[in-house]
Amino acid sequence: MTLKQVVDNVAAMPASKKAVVDIKDLSLTFQTADGPVYALSEVDLTIEEGDFVSFIGPSGCGKTTLLRVIADLEKATGGEISINGVSPEAAREARAYGYVFQAPALLPWRSIERNVTLPLEIMDLSKEERIKRAHDALKLVELNGFEKKFPWQLSGGMQQRASIARALSFDADLLLMDEPFGALDEIVRDHLNEQLLKLWARTNKTVAFVTHSIPEAVYLSSKIVVMSPRPGRIIDVIETKFPKDRTLDIRETPEFLEIAHRVREGLRAGHGHDE
Amino acid sequence: MTQVKLDKFCLVGAVAALLALIFPLAGIDGDTGKQVAFVGDIPGLASAMALCVIAGAAFTWIGVCTILHAGILLAVAVFGAWQAIDALYDYGVAGYASTGFWLFIISLWAFVWRAIDVIANYHSLETVKQQSANIIVPIAFGVWLLFVWEVVVSGFGVPQVLLPPPSMIGVRFVSSTDTMMADFYQTFVKAALSGYVMGCGSAFLVAIAVDRVPFLKRGLLPLGNMVSALPIIGVAPIMVMWFGFDWQSKAAVIVIMTFFPMLVNTVTGLNAAGKLEKDLMATYASGYWSTLFRLRLPAAMPFVFNALKINSTLALIGAIVAEFFGTPIVGMGFRISTEVGRMNIDMVWAEIALAALAGTAFYGAVAYVERKATSWHPSFRVRRH
Repeated sequence: MTLKQVVDNVAAMPASKKAVVDIKDLSLTFQTADGPVYALSEVDLTIEEGDFVSFIGPSGCGKTTLLRVIADLEKATGGEISINGVSPEAAREARAYGYVFQAPALLPWRSIERNVTLPLEIMDLSKEERIKRAHDALKLVELNGFEKKFPWQLSGGMQQRASIARALSFDADLLLMDEPFGALDEIVRDHLNEQLLKLWARTNKTVAFVTHSIPEAVYLSSKIVVMSPRPGRIIDVIETKFPKDRTLDIRETPEFLEIAHRVREGLRAGHGHDE
Repeated sequence: MTQVKLDKFCLVGAVAALLALIFPLAGIDGDTGKQVAFVGDIPGLASAMALCVIAGAAFTWIGVCTILHAGILLAVAVFGAWQAIDALYDYGVAGYASTGFWLFIISLWAFVWRAIDVIANYHSLETVKQQSANIIVPIAFGVWLLFVWEVVVSGFGVPQVLLPPPSMIGVRFVSSTDTMMADFYQTFVKAALSGYVMGCGSAFLVAIAVDRVPFLKRGLLPLGNMVSALPIIGVAPIMVMWFGFDWQSKAAVIVIMTFFPMLVNTVTGLNAAGKLEKDLMATYASGYWSTLFRLRLPAAMPFVFNALKINSTLALIGAIVAEFFGTPIVGMGFRISTEVGRMNIDMVWAEIALAALAGTAFYGAVAYVERKATSWHPSFRVRRH
């Protein structure tokens, strides 16, 4: 057992929270024509119920791949991973998580409402139930009134919010977000971050959030996972002690800057391994 | 002081109309040794030419600026065209048209060109106005082409076996409605439509199977490619031997022609859905059929409609050509092949016109359904703003 694991376990004990995602010694190697690519190696991580975990690291560090392994969109080639105590595949079949991609990925032939009801349709819910849930989900992301619009009639930020509503519509306890605000400008991004935090505080969902922005990671998270590339691995796990109902103002506090500094140091150290 | 800009097209029109009044209208009759007709003998034509001179001169000066100007110009041209036709047929100019007459046609050409040009560049935020302007342009252009065809063929006295004037084709079209309707029913409704539905439908289903079963993709697609390269005139007689003289053999030819475009397009379309969207469906644990109907088929629709449009024209061509290789005594292809033998070229042209109308209407109907069904596609949605 590594030292970090011990620390993690000790940290987990007093709260005695349920582990939503449990990863032990996970590795993933892609076989390519140019030889094997080690996307992930020796990853140990526990995400507990109600956590907001950010994955941060330079591009190619495997943070998206790790999220995709959790979502069963990629298969790990070594180690153990369980979601709610079962395999990722079983968790996916049970619709245990909502996934938000880098792009909105809204289907252009469906109205916003029908995009949000898409997973509910697949889950065979009744029409009244679908409409009701879509309405509620769109309200959560402040998109009520746009039900009948088509995706291309909305701005990029609104489209991404609609895709978050879609991931929320079937009320999974785990939310996986892969750089959902990466393509948006800073102002829209701040606004959506605030909304996401409110949502997290209200619903007590567990969130795994991939980003490459240090302020975003520190501002949003209860736990920051710093990763480094080639092979993709975890080099630091930082817990933050900000309350759930934090505001953008905390970005001016010394605690915030201290954590941001530690993340930056971690990223720099991780990068140093290459050179 | 602003410089006056003259409208060149109207200037050409006015000058040509003026010269038309001066130059001889018609040539000399070989039997009588006299000129066939003078402008002075035909008051209608003379007044039309004078009107063209006046209108041309006026618009040269003020320019064709508004849609109203274009409308006046078009009305003058229509009046002139009517008088020109009148002169050809009622005053015996047909076959003897000379310099004056052709100068007048040039004058009309200049006016029509300028008017259509202005209408084509018309922009309005009101949908109704914009749409009527959009419709007027092709209609005016088409009618003008028919007029030129009529005037050139009659004016030069082109033998009817080479090219009959459109009026003659039109008369023939109207007077043999019963025959034409029977031909249309046999060739279009029975053969082309049923072949189209069978060919496109079966190819669509096979495409889904090909997409599902990898070895079919490797094995069947190259084979389908080969079938599409088969020459229709080689296949048609064999189909007649297999399926008899009636519409069934024509439908079989059409099935062969339409199958491959539909197959290839649908297979391509089924792969059009992006990786992201497929991942999205996977996160919902969506099964094969659910993903097929909710994601892949809707994404394939633009490709499917492409094939449906290509095939709509192929089907009619196939039906007509296949009838050359054995048919009951009805059908558009049959009529064309027999009437050519009897030198009834006007009937042949009437059938060609019918085929053009039916083909265009068919294509238009498919395109209309496409617009309704795939209004979300970037190529259509711009119009909805």
